[in-house]
Amino acid sequence: MSKPSGTTSHYPAQQTVEQVVHRTLSVLVDNEPGVLARVIGLFSGRGYNIDSLTVSETEHEKHLSRITIATTGTPMVIEQIKHQLERLVPVHRVVDLTESGKAMERELALVKVRGKDNSRVEALRLADAFRARVIDATTESFVFELTGKPEKIDQFVVLMQPLGLVEVSRTGICAISRGPEGM
Amino acid sequence: MNKEMTGAEMVIQALLDQGVEHIFGYPGGAVLPIYDALFQQDKLQHILVRHEQGAVHAAEGYSRSSGKIGCVLVTSGPGATNAVTGLVDALMDSIPIVVITGQVPTHLIGNDAFQECDTVGITRPCTKHNYLVKDVKDLPRIIHEAFYVAQNGRPGPVVIDIPKDIQFNKGMYVGPKNIQHKTYRPKLKGDLEKIKQAVELMRHAKKPLFYTGGGVINSGSEASVLLRELVKLSGFPITSTLMGLGAYPAADKQWLGMLGMHGTWEANWAMHDCDVMICIGARFDDRITGRLDAFAPHSKKIHVDIDPSSINKNVKADVGIIGDVAHVLEDMLRLWRTGAVTPDKKALGDWWAQIEKWRARKSLAFKNSKEVIKPQYAIQRLYELTKDMDTYITTEVGQHQMWAAQHYHFQEPRRWMTSGGLGTMGYGLPAAVGVQMAHPKSLVIDIAGEASVQMTMQEMSTAAQYDLPIKIFILNNEYMGMVRQWQELLHGGRYSHSYSEALPDFVKLAEAYRCVGMRCEKPGDLDGVIKEMIKVKKPVIFDCVVDKMENCFPMIPSGRAHNEMLLGDAGVAIEDAITEEGKVMV
Ligand SMILES: Cc1ncc(C[n+]2csc(CCOP(=O)(O)OP(=O)(O)O)c2C)c(N)n1
Ligand SMILES: [Mg+2]
Repeated sequence: MSKPSGTTSHYPAQQTVEQVVHRTLSVLVDNEPGVLARVIGLFSGRGYNIDSLTVSETEHEKHLSRITIATTGTPMVIEQIKHQLERLVPVHRVVDLTESGKAMERELALVKVRGKDNSRVEALRLADAFRARVIDATTESFVFELTGKPEKIDQFVVLMQPLGLVEVSRTGICAISRGPEGM
Repeated sequence: MNKEMTGAEMVIQALLDQGVEHIFGYPGGAVLPIYDALFQQDKLQHILVRHEQGAVHAAEGYSRSSGKIGCVLVTSGPGATNAVTGLVDALMDSIPIVVITGQVPTHLIGNDAFQECDTVGITRPCTKHNYLVKDVKDLPRIIHEAFYVAQNGRPGPVVIDIPKDIQFNKGMYVGPKNIQHKTYRPKLKGDLEKIKQAVELMRHAKKPLFYTGGGVINSGSEASVLLRELVKLSGFPITSTLMGLGAYPAADKQWLGMLGMHGTWEANWAMHDCDVMICIGARFDDRITGRLDAFAPHSKKIHVDIDPSSINKNVKADVGIIGDVAHVLEDMLRLWRTGAVTPDKKALGDWWAQIEKWRARKSLAFKNSKEVIKPQYAIQRLYELTKDMDTYITTEVGQHQMWAAQHYHFQEPRRWMTSGGLGTMGYGLPAAVGVQMAHPKSLVIDIAGEASVQMTMQEMSTAAQYDLPIKIFILNNEYMGMVRQWQELLHGGRYSHSYSEALPDFVKLAEAYRCVGMRCEKPGDLDGVIKEMIKVKKPVIFDCVVDKMENCFPMIPSGRAHNEMLLGDAGVAIEDAITEEGKVMV
C-alpha cells in the first residue's frame, strides 16, 4: 500500500527527501456501514501508507468503533492524514497517540509450528520465554498465542522460522494512551 | 409534522420542508415510486434533462448562482454512473448539491440485479458524504442530514441511495426541526489568537497581497461585503483564483485580475514578490502556485479556510486560521479598526508603484484584426454589450474559458459559473440551464468551445422544453484549442487528434432543437449579431467563428515559477518555454 516514490508527482523538483516518521492514530468513528471503506479509501486514494490497521466496535450502545492505524509519512503528510480523517463525516475524533506521549501498542499473533524431536522442544522452550501460550497441539505441531509489542512478535516469528514455522496470523496493532485520560 | 407516509412521499415532503422548489432529474425503474409521488403534487417542479450528467451540472449552476442547494433525482445503475462526473465536479469546486439515486430493492442488492450498481461504493470518493437507506424509518433523518452536510462546513455533493422497496414502505415522517447530526460540527469562528497574529502581520507588511478564492463566494454574500471592506480599509492589492471571480469587483483599482497559469502579469508578479500573503478561501492549487519551491519565496502566508485539510496541504502556512470566511473577516476587520499600529504608508506606496509598472505591461493585450474575429475581442464585445444587464456567465473548459475569465469582468459574486477543479468539458450548457431556472428573467450566457459544447449538447432540448432562453456563445476555433496550445508547447506542434473535424452546422443544429441559430464571421458584424442574440427570447446557439490559431496568454508553463510567465507578444520561441521536467506535468 505504499506510494512509489519519485515518479508519481507532477512536481519532481518537490520530491526532496524529507524525513519520514511513524505514527499511530486512534480514530473514533460511528459504527455505520461503509465507515471502514471510507477510511481505507482515503488512504489508498491519496497515496498514504497503512502499516497496520485494526478496527472493532468498542461502545455498543453508542455505536462507536475505534480504528487504530499505524502509518508512515513526512510530518506534512501526517498532518494531512489527520485532517483528512477528521473531514470524514462519521469520524468523531482523531488522536495522534505517538505525538501525545508514549502510547502503548499491543498485537496478538497466532503462530503455527510443525516439527519433531529437538526442534519441538526448542519451540516450546522459546514460547515459554516469550510467554506464549499453547492453544492447540498435535504430536507434530503447536499453535502458539502470543501478545506483545509488534517487535516482540516479529522476533518470535524469526526464531520460529528454523523450527518449522507453518503460518502466522496477526491482529495488527491496537493502542491506547497512558495515564487517566481517555480520547 | 409527523405523519405516516410512503418512502417516496417522504422524499417529496422532506425536499419541500428543506425549501427545495426545483429538482433536475431523469426517471427509470428504480425511482418510479418517487416519480409517481412527484406526479401527484405540484409544489416541487421537476426539470427533465437529457442526460444525468446534465442534471448534476444544472443543479450545480442552480446552486452557485443562487446560493441554494441544487437537487437531482436519477435512477439506479446507469442513472447513477452517468451522474458521477457531475458529483466529482461539485466535490472539487465545493458546490452543495443533494443527489437522490434509486437502487434495486433491498433483497436484490448484491445479486447483480438489472440496473444494479454499487452506487455508494462508486460515489464514496466522489461525494462529501453518501448514504444507502436500509430502513424507511431512517429516510427522513437521512434526507435532512444530507442537506445539513451538503451546505455546512466546506460545501459539497451528498448522495442518498434509496432502494425501491424503501420507496414503497410506509413509516412515520419527521420534519427537519428535530434532526441534528451526531458528529458533524464544522468550526465557524476562527481562533482569535491566530487572527490577531494575522492582523499583526498585515499591519507590518510592506508588500501585502490578498489572494482569494471560491471560499469567499461559498461563505455567502456577507463575506464578499466584508472582504471589500477589509481590502478598502487596508489599501492592499487583491487577486483571486478562477473560482473566486466576482467576490471583489473587477472594476476597482485595487483589483489585479486573476492569478495563476493564465493570470495577469501584475497578479502573478505581485504573488511572487509579496511579503505577506493573505489567502482567503483558496487552496493553493497547482494551477495557482506553479513550481512550488519557487512559489512566493519571500512571503509570510496567512491562510483562512473552513477545511482544516486545506491548510498546509500544498504550501506551509505561517498563520493557519480554520473558520468560515465571513466569520474570520468580521474579526479581522474589527481588529484592524481597533489596532494601534498603522500600516507603513511609504512602503505600501512603493509597492503600488511597482504594481503599476507591472500593470503597465498590459499582459492581456492582443493583436486585433479586421479580417478575423479574435476570440479575446469576441469576449470583450460580449462583455461591453451585456455588462449593464442582469447577466450570468457559465463556461465550458478550454481556451475560451480562460479568455472569458480574463476579459469578462465580474463585479458581483455568483455571476460566474465554471468548472475549475475538475475542468469538465460539457459543464457550461447544462449549468446555464440550471442558472436560468434559478433566474428566469436574467440573461444567461454559456461561453463555449465548439468541442466542449458537443459533450452535453442534448441539453438544448431541455432548454427548449422549459423555454429557458439560454445563450450558447461558441468561440468556434475548430480546434480543441487548449489541447492544441499544449501540443504546440510540449509536443513539437504535432496536433494529434485535436482538430474538431466534421463539425455540425451549429445554426442548423440550433434550428433542429427548435431554438435559434446565429453565425458571425466578421469582426465588423459582431456587435450587431450579439445584440440580436440578446434580444431573442429563445435559446440561442451563436456560432462565433474565431481565429483558429490564437493562443491564450499570459501563461505560466507547467513547472515554471510565477516570474517565468510567457506573454503573447514576448517573441519567445514557444517550443523552448518548457523544461524537460515541466513536460511531465499536467
Ligand atoms: C471531459 C473532458 N475531456 C477532456 C478534457 C481535456 N481538454 C481540456 S480543454 C480541451 C479542449 C477544449 O476544446 P474547446 O471546447 O473547443 O475549447 P477551446 O480550447 O478551443 O476554446 C480538452 C480536450 C477535459 N477538460 N474534459
Ligand atoms: Mg475550440
